[in-house]
Amino acid sequence: MRKDKELRVNEHPILGSAEERPRVKIKVDDQWMEAIEGEPVAAALMASGKMVFRYTTRLNEPRGVFCAIGRCTDCMMTVDGIPNVRTCITPVREGMVILTQRGEGRWEGISFEKG
Amino acid sequence: MTLLKDGVLTNEELEALPCVPGRERMEKGAVVVIECPQDIPCNPCEPACPKGAIVVGGPITNIPVLKEDLCDGCGLCVAPCPGQAIFVVDLNHGNDEAAVSLPYEFQPLPDKGQKVKALNRRGEAVHEGTVVKVLTPSSFDRTAVITVTVPKELAMEVRSIRL
Amino acid sequence: MKKVELAVIGAGPAGLCAAIEGAKHGLQVTLIDENIRAGGQLFKQIHKFFGSGVHRAGIRGVDIGSQLLDETEKAGVEVMLDTVVWGLFEDKVLALVHEGRSTQLSAERIILAAGATENALAFPGWTLPGVMGAGAAQTMMNMHRVMPGKKAIMVGSGNVGLIVGYQLIQAGIKLELLVEAAPEIGGYSVHASKLARNGVKIFTSTTIKEARGDERVESAVTVSVDENWNPVPGTEREHEVDMVCLAVGLSPLIELARLAGCGFKYLSELGGHVPLHDEKMETTQPGIYVAGDIAGIDEASTAMEEGRIAALAAAESLGRLGGEEADALKKSARKRMEEFWDGSFGRRVKASKESLSVKE
Repeated sequence: MRKDKELRVNEHPILGSAEERPRVKIKVDDQWMEAIEGEPVAAALMASGKMVFRYTTRLNEPRGVFCAIGRCTDCMMTVDGIPNVRTCITPVREGMVILTQRGEGRWEGISFEKG
Repeated sequence: MTLLKDGVLTNEELEALPCVPGRERMEKGAVVVIECPQDIPCNPCEPACPKGAIVVGGPITNIPVLKEDLCDGCGLCVAPCPGQAIFVVDLNHGNDEAAVSLPYEFQPLPDKGQKVKALNRRGEAVHEGTVVKVLTPSSFDRTAVITVTVPKELAMEVRSIRL
Repeated sequence: MKKVELAVIGAGPAGLCAAIEGAKHGLQVTLIDENIRAGGQLFKQIHKFFGSGVHRAGIRGVDIGSQLLDETEKAGVEVMLDTVVWGLFEDKVLALVHEGRSTQLSAERIILAAGATENALAFPGWTLPGVMGAGAAQTMMNMHRVMPGKKAIMVGSGNVGLIVGYQLIQAGIKLELLVEAAPEIGGYSVHASKLARNGVKIFTSTTIKEARGDERVESAVTVSVDENWNPVPGTEREHEVDMVCLAVGLSPLIELARLAGCGFKYLSELGGHVPLHDEKMETTQPGIYVAGDIAGIDEASTAMEEGRIAALAAAESLGRLGGEEADALKKSARKRMEEFWDGSFGRRVKASKESLSVKE
């Protein structure tokens, strides 16, 4: 399992000690990792040291978090089969499957057939 | 003005301020030094002083005026200053030593008696001082006020510490 | 279709104060925000605010946020979170999406308080992961308690750059240096002095030339600029950093005002295209008001007052508040705002805002 890379702010002069919060497991590409319940996907990934969230359509360039408040759409990934999800404002859930997105992304494992 | 180039107040810039006490008052003992050189909209220092020694008045963009004879260097104005621009300088702390009290918002806090690097306005370590007081009452709202000893000639230089 | 008297869009400092003030004067208020938590950017502002007692000076932004949420609840405001307003149609009909479902809401009065977004700056490598808005770094470290990197360069010396620079250090990130393309520091010097005395070098007349790295930032190259903003050859310096924070201004989020057909003016001092509005914060579309950064980029402290003024005007126009009382309350809010604008920092903002005024 991917581990936090000491990138959590556990002690802070103003915010105090981070409170213990329940953990959930999420799958990022092929790797399971722990995240803190309710935190945005982007925060969980950054805490694990992952910076590349997607590759652009034409030039295949890496992109990560730019605005962190849901405005810029740079941090889009495929989450639970849905492409172009703004990971900076999407809270993690137990068992969530997150894929580094290539280009415009594809709907993974979702059927549009009726019934 | 170098302040607007690198954020460092020079002694000349300081001495021109109405909120920095004169040499004579400094020699008498603990007094605040308010390093607030611009017309920014801010006045929490004024109500923070129980002695009425700091006057901003109106408009609140006035640079504070220190009534140096009313100030007893109690330091109650240090933590409330949103700009962390207020210090207490006590030239009579010891025979050769002065004490500087400064706002501190980093982690961890030093212990009383701990040796720390005393930093000047440029962040250069100019002395190894001893922490003689660490104040963290809830009214300071997580801005600690640390008092560190320095040689007298550095009392108007030292403005931060590094553990 | 659901009907409300006042819909406030955006639950940051301006929207919260608008909603509270509106409800206080008897309006039925719905406050809508696309985030899962109200408060806008207040909860990442961990520093003590400026101003005086009436501006809640000396209180940290995060605590002002909590106070406002309490007041919102007590005032009986209906709060719709995780709800995107994607349309604003004739007769003040709002189109909303919540949990994948679209609904409509009709409002007699609307206050747009959508806030702003951070500007980017184009240079080679500007899209590399690790290049981010200063506010983004602030969100990550102060709200989510995650460090986006270990060693940073800050670009821009306005209050955002200076304050977030200090907060990087508080979170345990090393701030290697701060650069400012202009010849002088733009924000309050007291914030710059906090950085300087803790060992952060500030370089004016200096900008970022390039961010280097394979899949993420590994270094940044800075360069001096001359009085015409041209890079000075030979002054390049490479710094080993894994974060580049951009504090190069904000732009008002004006989409809804555009949809509403509001008139605009371009004012670089206020961040770009800003809806025209009068002293009551009313736009050129009757019954549609603006408050906060959408009405021109400024401080949270003035955004709160603008929110109050807009709500007072809305309450007055719906007959909930006598003209005299409304005028007195608006006047005192405006006075608090003007106190903030009095010095050399606020003067330019004030002048720009006044040039937006539409004739009553």
